[in-house]
Amino acid sequence: MSSPTSSFPGAGALRETGRLFALGLDVTRSTIKRPFQLREFIQQSWFIVSVTILPTALVSIPFGAVIALQLGSLTRQIGAQSFTGAASVLAIIQQASPIVTALLIAGAGGSAICADLGSRTIREEIDAMEVLGVSPIQRLVVPRVLAAMLISVLLNGMVSVVGVMGGYFFNVILQDGTPGAYLASFSALAQLPDLWISEIKALIFGFIAGIVAAYRGLNPSGGPKGVGDAVNQAVVITFLLLFFVNTVLSAIYLQVIPAKGS
Amino acid sequence: MGVEVVVEDLSKSFGRQSIWKDVSLTLPPGEVSVMLGPSGTGKSVFLKTLVGLLKPERGRIVINGTDLVRCSEHKLYEIRKLFGVLFQDGALFGSMNLFDNVAFPLREHTRRSEAEIRRIVLEKMEMVGLVGAERKLPGEISGGMRKRAGLARALVLDPEIILCDEPDSGLDPVRTAYLSQLLIDLNAQIDATILIVTHNITVARTVPDNLGMLFRRELVMFGPREVLLTSEEPVVEQFLNGRRIGPIGMSEEKDEATMAAEIAHRDAGHSDGSPDEDIRGIVPQLEPTPGLPERMGVRRRKDRVMRILHTLPPQAQRGIIESLTRDEQVRYGVFAGAGVGGQGATAVTGTLVQEPVTGPISVVPPQPSPRPRPVPQQEVVRLPDSEWQPQAGQLGEPEQAEQPEPPSAGSRHRRRWLGRGGGA
Ligand SMILES: Nc1ncnc2c1ncn2[C@@H]1O[C@H](COP(=O)(O)OP(=O)(O)OP(=O)(O)O)[C@@H](O)[C@H]1O
Ligand SMILES: [Mg+2]
Repeated sequence: MSSPTSSFPGAGALRETGRLFALGLDVTRSTIKRPFQLREFIQQSWFIVSVTILPTALVSIPFGAVIALQLGSLTRQIGAQSFTGAASVLAIIQQASPIVTALLIAGAGGSAICADLGSRTIREEIDAMEVLGVSPIQRLVVPRVLAAMLISVLLNGMVSVVGVMGGYFFNVILQDGTPGAYLASFSALAQLPDLWISEIKALIFGFIAGIVAAYRGLNPSGGPKGVGDAVNQAVVITFLLLFFVNTVLSAIYLQVIPAKGS
Repeated sequence: MGVEVVVEDLSKSFGRQSIWKDVSLTLPPGEVSVMLGPSGTGKSVFLKTLVGLLKPERGRIVINGTDLVRCSEHKLYEIRKLFGVLFQDGALFGSMNLFDNVAFPLREHTRRSEAEIRRIVLEKMEMVGLVGAERKLPGEISGGMRKRAGLARALVLDPEIILCDEPDSGLDPVRTAYLSQLLIDLNAQIDATILIVTHNITVARTVPDNLGMLFRRELVMFGPREVLLTSEEPVVEQFLNGRRIGPIGMSEEKDEATMAAEIAHRDAGHSDGSPDEDIRGIVPQLEPTPGLPERMGVRRRKDRVMRILHTLPPQAQRGIIESLTRDEQVRYGVFAGAGVGGQGATAVTGTLVQEPVTGPISVVPPQPSPRPRPVPQQEVVRLPDSEWQPQAGQLGEPEQAEQPEPPSAGSRHRRRWLGRGGGA
């Protein structure tokens, strides 16, 4: 644990990053190890769904609406009303929905995972498990990370649907758009890979949220207060990481996959 | 038979705070050892290091030929299956009830049927007196119950090494006595190597075969119980008697001024409430419940201690010799009242005499109650504080056979030992 510590500015941050990656690797490796903790996985998935589904739905409706309203007035200004539907669908599926998902997975799911593992750590449950010859990574962390990934993908699908419906509602009902045009423009600009990248993003976000939460939960700095701090940090670190990764993934996607019709 | 744990030059620190350094000791196989030490000297850290939860900076921990500090993760998990560990706070899984907690190791590591698991779990729960509380969650029971449930979980896989972090804290004196008995009975039944960390003086005096003490970042001593129980070391004396006067203070180090002030108070007649009498000294050791097999560790230890007797301090030597039965004194060729000071020359031979009757008997000076003939078996058995009665058929068993002292080399060794033993 405490190897001879060199201290140049930023060494601490580098060390933490290294350990975070090591945990990520460990988790990936343990995923394929038997026996798979199916029960824990199902319980955790259910748990994460139960804490995220309602807030996600509640956030995604206004999100879809805002995007629809914004784009609706914008497209009207430049005389491209017929593309309102397509534009808002692209915006929702590619950007808004993975981000909303990520915020909720990190904020609701990740914080719960982190608090749970953190309190187990300070109650020495994790130590006890290791001493009993059971790897806490395999037994506790892997099911949680996988659950976060699965639920993230599912939520992303849900946010997309709810967001698009919200957009439709606002565009057609409130801004007097034509239903036919809204739907028809879907296929004009949007394509299947848009959906894929959305789901891939969600998958990666779920993984990151799970790993960061587990890492901070397994290493709280002493006492119940430490757990509180750890949860706090886990959420903030996850947000930062997710926005960064999102930028990178979007940039790569836009480079690699040609836009439809171009 | 239990497993030997060898610790060599172990040092541990957290950042800049050194916890203890250069700790070397051997937990002899199948024996019960107790580690004492004031609060905060790193006893819990020591236990956690022993099971590989904390990595020491230096040193080795060797179990079955594997160095636990430097072995692979996989190997570490293998070795951990030998351990049963009771954590200071029980460390039960908060989300499971007591039954599932105790059943956890069985479900993870064995392919037993639910019915069989149920039988084993209930047996262990009964052992620690928790029948009826199986369905309770750890949050719903008292600290002492958590402790006992933790012990049940640690024992469920019949470990070869049992580590207990303060099994008595949070328990009343009666339960502590039961628990001590339980540990000794367990040792008699499965011959496990046991290390207990405790503050409880009664436990320290009556339970272990070996006693050690951590203080001020080092191992003050570790050895046969008689050594620590008769020690003149101020820390040990203070700790065993629970006094304020002495090197241990409220915080880890006591400064000169505090110490002087306390002594001044005492001299001025202030009673600090600690008993005046000195409770050091050797008291009879706890024995397994009648009906259980004898503890093999006791017998092995006796041979081991007799072999190193000459290296021990004189009071410890005297204590050990006095605690032997007459028959054993004859067998080992040592006698009560001897072994100290001037008489040492004829007393401490330490050699295992193969035939009890011949040999040193004739050269021995007056004994407390001379009885120059071998004692009839029945009389030996009736001796009041005998811990081990030699039984005719058992002297030739394997442990006996591997005694490294061939009779021919005996005399040479004897002379060398005498030189040191007499001067010690
Ligand atoms: N994870 C840790 N990080 C930093 N310091 C620690 C850690 N664990 C223990 N310590 C420090 O190590 C020292 C010894 O702690 P430990 O719990 O081993 O004491 P102890 O001898 O078991 O005391 P007690 O008898 O009260 O249980 C303490 O000063 C504590 O602050
Ligand atoms: Mg402790």
